[in-house]
Amino acid sequence: MWLELRDVVRRFGERTAVNGLTLSLPQGAIGCLLGPSGCGKTTALRCIAGFEPVDGGAIYARGRLLAEPGFMLSPERRHIGMVFQDYALFPHLTVLENVAFGLHALERAARLRRAEEMLEIVGLGEHRRHYPHQLSGGQQQRVALARALAPRPELVLLDEPFSSLDVELRERLGLEVRSVLKNLNATALLVTHDQQEAFAVADVVGVMRAGRLEQCATPYELYHRPASRFVADFIGQGVFLPGEIVGSDAVRTEVGIVRANGGARWPSGTLVDLLLRPDDVVHDDASELRAEVCQRAFRGAQFLYTLRLPSGAQLLSLVPSHHDHAIGEHIGIRIEADHVVAFERGGSVAL
Amino acid sequence: MTSRAAALAEGMPASRLSMRRGRWRWIAIAALLCVPALVPVLSIVAAFAAPDLDIWRHLAQHILPQVVPNTLKLVVGVALLSGVLGTSLAWLTAMCEFPGRRFFDWALLLPLAIPTYVLAFVAVGFLDFAGPLQSWLRAVFGSSAWFPPIRSTGGTIVVMSLALYPYVYLLARSAFLTQGRRALEAARTLGLSAAAGAWRVALPMARPWIAGGIALVGMETLADFGAVSVFNYDTFTTAIYRVWSGLFSMSAALQLSGVLLLFVVIALLIERRSRAGARFASSRDASREAPRMSLSPARQVAALAFVSLVFLLAFALPVLQLAHWAVARAASDFDARYFGFVARSLVLAGGGAALIVVASLLLAYIGRREPHRCTRILVRLATMGYAIPGTVLAIGLLVPVIVLNNTLQEALRSWLGPAAPTIMLHGTLFTVLLAYAARFLAVGFNPVESGLHRVTRSIDEAAISLGVTGAALLRKVHAPLLRTSLATAATLVFVDIMKEMPITLIARPFGWETLAVRVFEMTAEGEWERAALPAVAIVLTGLIPVAMLTRRGAYVA
Amino acid sequence: MNETLTESAMLPSAARTDLRRGRRIAALPLVLVACLAAWGCARAPEELVVYSARNEQLIKPLFDRYTAETGMPIRFVTDDAGPLIERLAAEGANSPADVLMTVDAGELWFAAQRGLLQPLDSAVLEQNIPEHLRDPEGRWFGLSVRARTIVYSTERVKPEELSTYEALAEPQWQGRLCLRTSKKVYNQSLVAMLIAQHGEERTEQIVRGWVQNLATDVFSSDNLLMEAIAAGQCDVGIVNTYYFGRMQRDNPDLPLRLFWPDQQGNGVHVNVSGAGVTAHAPRAEQARAFLEWLSSAEAQGQFAGANLEYPANPAVEPDERVAAWGAFKASPLNVAQAGELQADAVRLMDRAGYR
Repeated sequence: MWLELRDVVRRFGERTAVNGLTLSLPQGAIGCLLGPSGCGKTTALRCIAGFEPVDGGAIYARGRLLAEPGFMLSPERRHIGMVFQDYALFPHLTVLENVAFGLHALERAARLRRAEEMLEIVGLGEHRRHYPHQLSGGQQQRVALARALAPRPELVLLDEPFSSLDVELRERLGLEVRSVLKNLNATALLVTHDQQEAFAVADVVGVMRAGRLEQCATPYELYHRPASRFVADFIGQGVFLPGEIVGSDAVRTEVGIVRANGGARWPSGTLVDLLLRPDDVVHDDASELRAEVCQRAFRGAQFLYTLRLPSGAQLLSLVPSHHDHAIGEHIGIRIEADHVVAFERGGSVAL
Repeated sequence: MTSRAAALAEGMPASRLSMRRGRWRWIAIAALLCVPALVPVLSIVAAFAAPDLDIWRHLAQHILPQVVPNTLKLVVGVALLSGVLGTSLAWLTAMCEFPGRRFFDWALLLPLAIPTYVLAFVAVGFLDFAGPLQSWLRAVFGSSAWFPPIRSTGGTIVVMSLALYPYVYLLARSAFLTQGRRALEAARTLGLSAAAGAWRVALPMARPWIAGGIALVGMETLADFGAVSVFNYDTFTTAIYRVWSGLFSMSAALQLSGVLLLFVVIALLIERRSRAGARFASSRDASREAPRMSLSPARQVAALAFVSLVFLLAFALPVLQLAHWAVARAASDFDARYFGFVARSLVLAGGGAALIVVASLLLAYIGRREPHRCTRILVRLATMGYAIPGTVLAIGLLVPVIVLNNTLQEALRSWLGPAAPTIMLHGTLFTVLLAYAARFLAVGFNPVESGLHRVTRSIDEAAISLGVTGAALLRKVHAPLLRTSLATAATLVFVDIMKEMPITLIARPFGWETLAVRVFEMTAEGEWERAALPAVAIVLTGLIPVAMLTRRGAYVA
Repeated sequence: MNETLTESAMLPSAARTDLRRGRRIAALPLVLVACLAAWGCARAPEELVVYSARNEQLIKPLFDRYTAETGMPIRFVTDDAGPLIERLAAEGANSPADVLMTVDAGELWFAAQRGLLQPLDSAVLEQNIPEHLRDPEGRWFGLSVRARTIVYSTERVKPEELSTYEALAEPQWQGRLCLRTSKKVYNQSLVAMLIAQHGEERTEQIVRGWVQNLATDVFSSDNLLMEAIAAGQCDVGIVNTYYFGRMQRDNPDLPLRLFWPDQQGNGVHVNVSGAGVTAHAPRAEQARAFLEWLSSAEAQGQFAGANLEYPANPAVEPDERVAAWGAFKASPLNVAQAGELQADAVRLMDRAGYR
């Protein structure tokens, strides 16, 4: 494994910021630690970079020990590049000087050549003589990326790299960053609280909560097969509907018996919560099942309706936008779920 | 948007916004605020109307060949050494952790309270051939010939640097504290060791602050007369006094001061030019409290030894020596009048500090609102006063005030006849305070201006969007953000005025004896040991604002 | 576009309020200052005003005595003579000063030269103060005598080796002489008097000889110079007697003695601390009376004694500590020449490399 974290623990006094984090990343992969603020993801990143010691476990890169309790390889000897949240560009140096900064091992000419090459890769060739404050936020971000990548690090860490950019730019730049990283076959680890960002950039995403990794999987898996109620809640939209197991693969709920192709492991009669994503609830005028529109949000191609069932429970439904229904109207719906995700009420996880 | 706002706040071209009505009104107010500081500069310029060629020939032949290289050596030496001392001490106390760090954090500022000439006298008295140290060495080893002479270029540079490094320390420290650790961390991910990162990133980023401190030190060194006289080290300033008091030529003295100012302007321009377009704004999330660097035990000992040594040499030992002398004289010299000396010193220093801080604040606001060439040049000129030797500046300001006073008096007489009251603008506290403003505007303006840089336009906008405007904006947003900068400015000015002699002497009202005047009375007839009592009082009184400044916790310019 | 609009709509108002507020703050100290200025203008109707380069502690007790005896209050400002003279000159006819007091004849000469002092026709002063210690035109009068003489180490020098100031330039004193800086006016007037005696050429030779004989760089004060002789850095120097007196008072076992040079020739170089009545003195009559009192037998002892100087009035005996150094022949040249020749002396010392 290119990067490996084994049971890493980091405490700040009483508080345990990282609590037994285990993670591995193969060469060329782009990983992401995703989680709400305060979940320990940035601390984990700083442990990897070498700005924080570890209080338990160990960190390896290409089999080399980076850190364990009582040992901390200094940051400059880890061959790890980092893109900071605020970019941390050196304001007293030009763009070119910033990118060339980490290339001190090279001759001057080679250094400049490499820096210019990196600037070309991120598309900022003509800004090389500018100072950071003369660039836009997106340009500064790309300089930061070029600077981190220029010394050909073994691993690149990105700390909330898009958080200070506006939304459209964020998505576009996310894809750009991904393609730059992929073209250079760089191994990278990103930290963010924004799932769109995570999904756009990363091959594999680890969802963190309170210092632990809840689930590590591809974005598709996380969305459709969340391993915990927390992951289900944190990733994507959806609501939980109470239900009861009524035989294999079948859950009885207020909206009828929902069949799924995954096996529900509980015996009949177990009370569960069923996760219904907006795309699981399909609009069907012919259906007998009716619900009242109580909120609607126009999303261009689709409407996101919030529906109220007779019991008062609510559902979300994504409906093509030519089905324009007013608030208060009752519409027919049908449940169409490929992967039913259910959690035993008050209990553990199931697929 | 954000970068735009920042550009506006930093006085970048924003032509559309500044093309407003009333712009000249603000420039006029700025000009008015600069008047006291401009008057002596203009007096100096005016003196060139009648160059005294005979004296200049003499100077060129016998004086300048010696004092020009001397002055350069001294200024460069003191700037370098106090820069190195101030910056390295600031680095240790702001970025590292070692035993006693909390104490030295503020204690290293204390030498500010000791007048340079006093430190010089103590050093010469203690370390010269006849002083106790060399006498002891001779008694023990039979000879002290190997001991480096204190009255030498090197000795002068070391002692003046010990007295002046706190200017650099104060500013460099606040730069290090506010620039955040991110840039340093970035440097380390790019393969630089902590030390290399400090050298290549933290130091260059702090450069405007360090340069600002060194500029103050350089100007103070150029203008110094007291300390170099003790060392008998001839500089431009001693030459100025020589032509004035020895050759009875005030105009030649003013002309020499003009040449001195020209050097200062050129030096400042070179520094500015070399910075070109680079920007040094501190990182936006600098507020995040980062842990200090932990040092290895050996380095902790080294750090502690270094800061202790500086503190001992620059403050503890000289104050002990002063206290020793003062105690010996206190029985005969100390009396109830001292409460008056202290009170008047406090009034002058406090009033001057308030006046200068308010003027600096107004100037800085005007500079921010009207980023116009005129205002910038005005402020540049107005802060030159710090480099003019004190007595020359005092005369350069006082003579025009007296001329104005005479004009007013004539007008009053022709209007009211012989019954007209006598007015005396000079010799009032008003003039004293104006003269202080002329001399110390640079000291007050720098911290206030750099503090105001931190209040970006977007902060204003955020507050306004939340309905906080006008006075409330000042009170709730600007005042807390500027508080430490204002406190720093006020402290520096206060302590400088406490020590100031020539302006206080010539412009004070009758009977306004202060501690600095006391020092003059004693030293004028060479009774240095007797001057220790008022000098100790100056140091103690100067400690009040320094203590107030540092008790706020993290004091930041 | 939208962005620009909001910016320009909001910012000026904010900035304007900043400044309006700022002006209110600024007004506060200005009001304070104005009050203080008004207070500074007030002046009691009957009082003398003295601009003094002589220290407060040397003049205040005497002034207090005068006030007690005559009821005339005295106000004074102390500073170096240079700034005081500039101030007096600028004030012109509006000057509040009645008396200018300095510690050097050259400065009085310079003030008189600039027309800042008025001639007095006072039989009392002319009788009390010897002719060579006052301005020939009566514009200023010496009030105490400051003798600048030779001091030597009792351990390394025999008084027989000493003779004149000029002799200190001879090779036998190579590496044994200490001097104070030529920036001090006392040395400037000493050299000026040598010029008056010998002319520039001979004087320059003497000064060059001194510089060649220096044991160490010149000192910034007479005290440091005497300490250096006591410590053995050099053997002989030139000082004002009252510095020696002060040091002797603090340390009676001092291995130093005074020597009166040139007793067969011109005599010991003396300077004066003196005073004159200003050209536009508001109370010239009272000022004259005050100077007359200062020259009188009853004031002279205290005036000179406070600083261990010699009284200018020959009828008054010096302080007994001063008298203990013995009587001497003082130079009869008029001290005004110190002023006249001072600029020449300074240039000469610059040429000779005497710093």
